[in-house]
Amino acid sequence: MKFIMAVIKPFKLDEVREALTELGVQGLTVSEVQGFGRQKGHTEFYRGAEYVVNFVPKIKVEVAVSDELEERVVECIQQAAQTGQIGDGKIFSFDLDTAVRIRTGETNEQAL
Amino acid sequence: MRQTKSISFLAAVVWAMAAVNPALAREDGLSSGDTAWMLTSTVIVLMMTIPGVALFYGGMVRKKNVLSTVMHSFAATCLITVIWMIIGYSLAFSEGTSFVGGFGKLFLDGMTVEAMSGSIPESVFMTFQMTFAVITAALITGAIAERMKFSALLLFLGSWSILVYSPVCYWVWGGGFLGDAGVLDFAGGTVVHINSGIAALVAAIVLGKRVGYGRENLAPHNVVLTVVGASFLWVGWFGFNGGSAVAANGTAGMAMAVTQIATAAAALAWMFAEWMTHQKPSVLGIASGAVAGLVAITPASGFVGPAGALAIGLIAGVVCFWGATWLKHKVGYDDSLDVFAVHGLGGITGAILTGVFAVEAIGGTAGALEGNVGQIGTQIYGIIATIVYCAVASFVLLKIIDAVVGLRVDEEQEREGLDIALHGESVT
Repeated sequence: MKFIMAVIKPFKLDEVREALTELGVQGLTVSEVQGFGRQKGHTEFYRGAEYVVNFVPKIKVEVAVSDELEERVVECIQQAAQTGQIGDGKIFSFDLDTAVRIRTGETNEQAL
Repeated sequence: MRQTKSISFLAAVVWAMAAVNPALAREDGLSSGDTAWMLTSTVIVLMMTIPGVALFYGGMVRKKNVLSTVMHSFAATCLITVIWMIIGYSLAFSEGTSFVGGFGKLFLDGMTVEAMSGSIPESVFMTFQMTFAVITAALITGAIAERMKFSALLLFLGSWSILVYSPVCYWVWGGGFLGDAGVLDFAGGTVVHINSGIAALVAAIVLGKRVGYGRENLAPHNVVLTVVGASFLWVGWFGFNGGSAVAANGTAGMAMAVTQIATAAAALAWMFAEWMTHQKPSVLGIASGAVAGLVAITPASGFVGPAGALAIGLIAGVVCFWGATWLKHKVGYDDSLDVFAVHGLGGITGAILTGVFAVEAIGGTAGALEGNVGQIGTQIYGIIATIVYCAVASFVLLKIIDAVVGLRVDEEQEREGLDIALHGESVT
């Protein structure tokens, strides 16, 4: 199994969710995060005081999938989240050891 | 019996006169129109502080200090109300020397249901003035936001109101030497705004800068709250300036008109000044400019016409913008929410320009443009007297309170935020 974590532009979330659902992904977790990459931050002015905001708001999408789905999921997120502008985000993939569905106690692939 | 007869005879005469002239409708001189307007004004001036100043300031602090900042205005409202009732009103509006009123109205002595102040009940006049004492204290709190001990703040606002606000109020409006000298201050440019602005500047300097000032991000946490607060201030200010006519008449109407004009002009002036110097017209900027205009037109509102109001607004918008964005950073004091730049400089600008633009046909006194150049000198005399007394007294009070209870929270509390450290609450 693989654990895929993607950091994307907030307004791209719906497109990513729809694309993953079509692929057969059964669930995902989303959180509001902040960070910086090549996009860097921006500057704010309040009555002449200048503040550099280094961290840009992003959405983090986390999804656990079977090994055979991994490649297609990564590709799918990459296409759905892309605008071509700087700041589109990144996708990371890790090996996943265990998964448990809390309600039934099912494990691993059955739990995804 | 005889007395009753003569009273009823008098009543008959008054009634007969009233039939001819409605203005003499009541033997005590009470005007229902004036009273209705002053009851209304009093309520909306209170609204300027809660929620006006509370939100205006609350939006500009960081999220961890929003409750403490709102608390400053709310607690000031309660504290100054009680102090005004006990002694403040007496020191400001009872007979005394040239410098301060006496103790003749302690605990509102003599304020019966029949007692009159001009054409309105004294109870209405006293409460109207009470809301001015309240907002003056609340305004100061913007300078010390995010770092002052709450206990020290209560001690300062309470003692300051008694020893600084009431005397200066008496000087100008209660029969003191500034009023006698011909200083023009229609609604409190000197009494409320220069006074609170100077106290704020002194307090900001005595307290010192916030931890992280100039290095960390101290940006406002919610400018929407600030805009809502500024809007409450703007609407309430018609009671502040219009109500200072203490009558529902043409002076109140003209005060309303010039207040609206100067406010809009100052908001635009600040916005364009910022647009030109910092590339973008900010929401905080236009709201700040509006308050600057409200402040500057305050002393002038019963004395100038629409053209004077336009000029006062435009000039004040730029002066206060300069004070907040340049002067403060150049001199290096941390007046957290720019009370000095907006109220101090706005008040001084308005007080001087009142001497320039006053129109004899409106308020009975001519300004420099109508040939009475000396009025500018009279205005400056009032400004200097207020600045010197307020600065010295505020400094001494702060030093005494610092020695007794300490002025600042410790650094750990300041880092944690005053909401949790001082009040045991948080907004989320």
